[in-house]
Amino acid sequence: MSVAAAADPAMGITLDKVTKRFPKRGSDEGFVAVDRVDLHIDPGDMVALLGKTGCGKSTIFNMVSGLLEPSEGKVSVAGHDPFHEFDWFRGKVAIVFQNDRLLPWRTALQNVELGLELLGVPHEERRKQAMDWLSRLGLKGHEHDYPHALSGGMRQRVSIARAFATNAGLLLCDEPFSALDEMTANRLREEFSALVRENRKTAVFITHSINEALQIGDRIIVLERPAKIAYDVRLDRATGEAEKEAIRDRIKEVLAL
Amino acid sequence: MGSTIILSRIFWSVAPFLLLAALWQFASLWFPPFLFPSLVDVFRRVFQILVDLGQFVDVLATVGRILAGLFGAFVLGGLLAVLMNRSPGVDRFISPILTFFQGIPALSWVVFAIIWFHGIEFRIFFIMVMTTLPAFTFQMIGALQAMSKDLFEMVLSFRPTRLQMFRTMVLPAVLPEILTAWKVNLGNAARVVVVAELVGATGGVGYQLLQQQQLFDMAGALAWTFQLVFFVLITQQIITMIERYAFRYRAVSERSL
Repeated sequence: MSVAAAADPAMGITLDKVTKRFPKRGSDEGFVAVDRVDLHIDPGDMVALLGKTGCGKSTIFNMVSGLLEPSEGKVSVAGHDPFHEFDWFRGKVAIVFQNDRLLPWRTALQNVELGLELLGVPHEERRKQAMDWLSRLGLKGHEHDYPHALSGGMRQRVSIARAFATNAGLLLCDEPFSALDEMTANRLREEFSALVRENRKTAVFITHSINEALQIGDRIIVLERPAKIAYDVRLDRATGEAEKEAIRDRIKEVLAL
Repeated sequence: MGSTIILSRIFWSVAPFLLLAALWQFASLWFPPFLFPSLVDVFRRVFQILVDLGQFVDVLATVGRILAGLFGAFVLGGLLAVLMNRSPGVDRFISPILTFFQGIPALSWVVFAIIWFHGIEFRIFFIMVMTTLPAFTFQMIGALQAMSKDLFEMVLSFRPTRLQMFRTMVLPAVLPEILTAWKVNLGNAARVVVVAELVGATGGVGYQLLQQQQLFDMAGALAWTFQLVFFVLITQQIITMIERYAFRYRAVSERSL
């Protein structure tokens, strides 16, 4: 079974009046992290999900990735329920986490191979693909290094390579560059957006940085607390600097509320 | 590392034993052989046991009992640890029982086994399992609970099968604690098996020690004891070698070099 051999078509995402409540002591209703969110993301879009800490970005992210079940409403990715049809998404969704989450007992190469290995890609083929991705991300020569021997930026590159190697149609990224220095983060951001566009993926990118959202997103969705869409704007190549400045000011206003 | 440091390390690891041997040998000049036999006689007996298959079979029987008991406790402890980790109810129910078992002296288990069971081998197996089960279970449940949730979630995001999850995540994560548990329990098991054989067996190191006691043969008692000590040392060394190979990914602080 070589799921990753062929590129998965990009996948659309729909949230239909989605609410997520967590149990809270002394409250029957619980803590509402996401409140009746309606959202549609087209296949191939690169969406930056922006909001203050604790606004429910990660909760939406976990529901889309199938790790959390919504309390109300429906989450649908390519027409399937990511929580109840968890296995259907095998090889179709890849996640880049906030911290690199590399397995310490595996080398950089073995970490990149992980997803392919779980998808049953033959050893030779997965090794070739993993080597290729490491090389593309500037890690040639570090294939056999263990994570502890790599710098923070290099480790995050390995985790990006791991996500891209499976050739999944949907990429979910949870503030993947927030722990890096500005120079490294900028370079990785550029490489990351180029890779997403080049490989025609749908990508949802969680961030709390306005600059990052403007640099990466085709579309920026700003969330207020509890997660509710407060501002939704689309950008394209024609969006000029002046327009971007206006968007930046509007986002700041929304976040200040 | 300089040769002086290596020589110094060897000296300090051997020196205490050399001093102990010298004191014993000195005592053997002044006391009768049934109290302090010459170490030459002791090591002659050690050699005789090793080369005489009729006697060495007793060493093998004891080694077999230790390994069978430890393996039984390891499998049962592993199952209990998984159940306790999955269900807080099972944990609440089993933990106090295992703690209670830990308070029961090994000799009491020997008495219970003699009263309850007829077969010698089963009695010894039962004693070995009951005395090492709590430690194995607690160490394994500790390892499962300490497993990184972040890494677990990362592997889960690739939608692995249960077997894949066990092979790629759970086993490498808990292996350090499993090997430590084996090291600790090996020493305990070597002590307990002698007690069990002393009371209820017709062969093995414990049985042979009983014979030496009845003959007031201190050289024989020491020679049989050394067989068990050698077994423990060799097995510990094998486990250490496995650890060195399996955990070669671990970072080493330069200050400890």
